[in-house]
Amino acid sequence: MCLAIPARIVELEGDKAVVDAMGNRWKAKTTLLPEVKLGDLVLIHAGFAISTIDEEEAKKTWQLIAEINDFNETQNKISG
Amino acid sequence: MLDRINKAQNMIETACKKLGKQINIMEVCGTHTVSIFRNGIRTILPDNLKLLSGPGCPVCVTDQSYIDNVLQIADNKDCLIATYGDMIRVPGKGGSLETKQTTANVKIVLSSEDALQLAKDNPDKTVVFIAVGFETTTPATAVAIKEAHADSVDNFCVLSGHKLVVPAMKALVSTKNDHIDAFLCPGHVSVIIGYNSYKEIVEDYGRPCVVAGFEPIQIIEGLAEICRQLADGKTKLESVYSAVVTAEGNTIAQKIIEECFEPADGYWRGLGEIEKSTLKIKDKYSKFDALKRFDITETPVEDTSGCQCGEVLCGLIDPPQCKLFGKTCTINTPIGPCMVSSEGACAAWYKYSLKEKP
Repeated sequence: MCLAIPARIVELEGDKAVVDAMGNRWKAKTTLLPEVKLGDLVLIHAGFAISTIDEEEAKKTWQLIAEINDFNETQNKISG
Repeated sequence: MLDRINKAQNMIETACKKLGKQINIMEVCGTHTVSIFRNGIRTILPDNLKLLSGPGCPVCVTDQSYIDNVLQIADNKDCLIATYGDMIRVPGKGGSLETKQTTANVKIVLSSEDALQLAKDNPDKTVVFIAVGFETTTPATAVAIKEAHADSVDNFCVLSGHKLVVPAMKALVSTKNDHIDAFLCPGHVSVIIGYNSYKEIVEDYGRPCVVAGFEPIQIIEGLAEICRQLADGKTKLESVYSAVVTAEGNTIAQKIIEECFEPADGYWRGLGEIEKSTLKIKDKYSKFDALKRFDITETPVEDTSGCQCGEVLCGLIDPPQCKLFGKTCTINTPIGPCMVSSEGACAAWYKYSLKEKP
């Protein structure tokens, strides 16, 4: 539950942002990270950017998230 | 990459050989637990190195009394429960939020902001946000409380189940389980609190604390650093996740937490009451505190199901040693939260048990 997802800020107005990860876009806030700019890569948790992150690290985490999703999907299949 | 894995694995083997005794390392993060099982990390470790899955999954550590309070509030027709999806299947008195969905108003939200929006959109309902999670999740709740205060969203309130990781780690090495030799510390909790937060565990309790990311190589390198420290007899604070974790953490997030919450003694599943380990809403924001709004007192309840999640969370037993595991408690029919939660030790063990050494 404490996993934060890397995403890129593609729209930013005040502390309201739209972020993109692997083609998925959603709203997030930058209240906890006021210095971020449009185009920055950030870690998003529960709708908030909590840290900046570099490209290489972001790619590794996206890969891991894809694997965990596989794990959860398999679990869901087991539980029917 | 293979070089890094080999180097770390050699370091682990050399250190464990030198130590020549059973070593227990506890991970305190549900995402680490899943990654360790998913990648078969336990299977490449020496026989005398054991990993314990500690109190790192917020759903798993939430005391039964909290779950029962949530279900009691859900029975109120004027309330709308806004919860993270993780909590929906956790059983309590009279069912779960999932089973109550037919009669109660329950909505799954992805953020505290969505819960606040629900309150704005449903002025005739009291929206109760079920706020569980460690320090990674707490700032989001704090921001929502501040916004509700600023915008006078008086039909919004929060049932705080937020918890602090470090007091639980201290409680574990103080009393419950003195056979924990070191901690693999959570990556994204540490983004907020900073790795200096573990200083007391390292300096006063002599346990290595190493912060690692979630990639298999980062976990293996974290374990290697711990083993090296144990073998050298030199305990220190270390982060192998320097890309995002700093010594001080996110100080803006820390300030926002401090503005809305204060540490209080509170109950954890399995660990009992721990001093200053939970976060209660400060008096300034008390009108958004569901405990006050519904006049709830937090009293621990006895779990009579026979579930041994508490002992699993303290690292006292492995999931298969629980008398319900794999018999009445399965992924299809979960009884305890460690089987309900996809990040729980029992769920991960159940899924991957055949690949694990006993």
